[in-house]
Amino acid sequence: MKQKIHFRELEGRSPGYWGLVGLLATILAIGLAAAHYMESNGHYVTGMTNQIVWGIPHVFAVFLIVAASGALNVASVASVFGRAPYKPLARLSGLLAIALLVGGLTILVLDLGRPDRLIVAMTHFNFKSIFAWNIFLYTGFLAIVAVYLWLMMEPRMSAYSKPAGFVAFVWRLTLTTGTGSIFGFLIAREAYDSALMAPMFIIMSFSFGLAIYLLVLMAAYRWSGRPLGDAILRRLKNLLGVFVAAVLYFVTVFHLTNLYMTAHHGVERFILLDGGIYTKLFWIGQVLLGGLVPLALLYHPSLGKRRGWIGLSAALVILGGLAQMYVIIIGGQAYPLDLFPGKQVSSTFFDGVVNTYTPSLPEIALGLGGVALALLIVVLAIKVLRFLPESLEDALVEPEAAATAVAVPVGGAHQA
Amino acid sequence: MVLIKVAQARAQDQAVSSAVRWGMLIDTTKCARGCNVCVKACDVENGLTGHGRPETDSQWIRKVQLRDTQTGYVQSLPMLCQHCEYPPCEDVCPTGASFRRADGIVLVDKHICIGCRYCMMACPYKARSFVAEALDDQKPWSPRGIGTVESCTFCVHRVDRGHQPACVDACAQADHGAMVFGNLNDPSSEIAKLIAEYDSSEVRPDLGLNTGVRYRGL
Repeated sequence: MKQKIHFRELEGRSPGYWGLVGLLATILAIGLAAAHYMESNGHYVTGMTNQIVWGIPHVFAVFLIVAASGALNVASVASVFGRAPYKPLARLSGLLAIALLVGGLTILVLDLGRPDRLIVAMTHFNFKSIFAWNIFLYTGFLAIVAVYLWLMMEPRMSAYSKPAGFVAFVWRLTLTTGTGSIFGFLIAREAYDSALMAPMFIIMSFSFGLAIYLLVLMAAYRWSGRPLGDAILRRLKNLLGVFVAAVLYFVTVFHLTNLYMTAHHGVERFILLDGGIYTKLFWIGQVLLGGLVPLALLYHPSLGKRRGWIGLSAALVILGGLAQMYVIIIGGQAYPLDLFPGKQVSSTFFDGVVNTYTPSLPEIALGLGGVALALLIVVLAIKVLRFLPESLEDALVEPEAAATAVAVPVGGAHQA
Repeated sequence: MVLIKVAQARAQDQAVSSAVRWGMLIDTTKCARGCNVCVKACDVENGLTGHGRPETDSQWIRKVQLRDTQTGYVQSLPMLCQHCEYPPCEDVCPTGASFRRADGIVLVDKHICIGCRYCMMACPYKARSFVAEALDDQKPWSPRGIGTVESCTFCVHRVDRGHQPACVDACAQADHGAMVFGNLNDPSSEIAKLIAEYDSSEVRPDLGLNTGVRYRGL
């Protein structure tokens, strides 16, 4: 007979737990101090200029927002596609989705020229603006996932969690479409203007969100000494592999589409061939370390079964994702606007030249602060509410797999 | 000598209407290379004092030098907000701070601009600047503030009183006369006559934004 899954809060009394809370709170505090510094002095203290108007805070913010949508994957697979083994994982998935979105939005708001006018953004709407749509998509996402979590966690209401999961699934696809369209609808900039942006962002969300989920899951179970089975990890890492491959596919199609149009050869040459840091980040960061290496590791017959390597793959996917965001957001602005085709342009306003950008320390601190906020929310939430099953061992999650499983080499997680 | 022109301005208590479409014609063949009077006049008129940081200092109008890569022909022209009929900045602005007046002047409402800079991402002409540090001694007619986006206003405060933008006056005073400002909808205006008589073009006409600023000899 299948045993019941029990959810339990983390005890959260160990020095390790409080050390983690302290570390994350410190990074968050530094991030807030950095935001205050930028706010009181103005953005001239950052690396951003009138040419590169969105810098590294946007890289972190958009990455987290995209990942937030993807972190809900696991819950969607359980609720929408009815995959039973994913069901015990769904609560953490919802929690992570909320936490990552809050972290990303915090960065975004604190990087505004006038963060004190948040209320203006919530009361004045231009409904033609994709940003304005996103305000509804983001707040709606938070509300829907919160309700979805409640339905999952309240036994009397759990029957309604499936339709809620469906609504959340559709909403998160819409949300990421909105995020991708922020760039896809920018006709002025050659690096952006493409309908492929929205689907590419959706598949990026699947990949980044699941990579973060995997790392958080492995860390939570290892550090709390709870058992985590190999079968469920194998499912998740195989799924991650599919998503990583799909991101590479979309990136390839995106660049091939641009290369087909001769007018876009300039920007393609810039990103793919002679764009300096952007070319390096594209090939080494995004494609090699963020795509091909994790793909090889995840599907490697022996390494792909070892937790350390799965964890490393997930970490590489995250770093590759940040590199990809950097190339898209900052590389796209670094390439000069083509105001006068066929003419060499120069001016005091940096027309016709590749725009330079060096991230400043406060910007990086703000970005990391948002990451810390997201993780802090998760760490505190799993202590006060029942997000994590006591055990995710194979016998509980996948009895059939456990019965037929062959011994595989595992890392230290089981012993923790 | 006093020059008296027929005022095209409305009364102060009268709302702007789409009967007027303010526009500017720039004759690049008259625009002198190395001449910067329009930029200086704009800076003085609107109180744009830089901090010596060209990458973050505001520029509402700039002189752009072009060199044809095929022929080597060099020309110079002023670039400013093109006051599009379909402004991408207005489309993307989440709060509606970027807006187009009925008479075609594209402005930023500094009271509701949150400084997201999405309009700067969307503007094909790189016409907007972000105020990246604190300002003082702003001109009362040209509200500017830290953390908000700004751009050429066509000197709306002058236009509303029947005057021309400062850059246009300065160009005329420098005897170049490369800039003509007026009501595109009024067939008797100088600009409408010139545009009807001579070929002129927009910058990036492929974008279909129907800009209020037109160039001759581009």
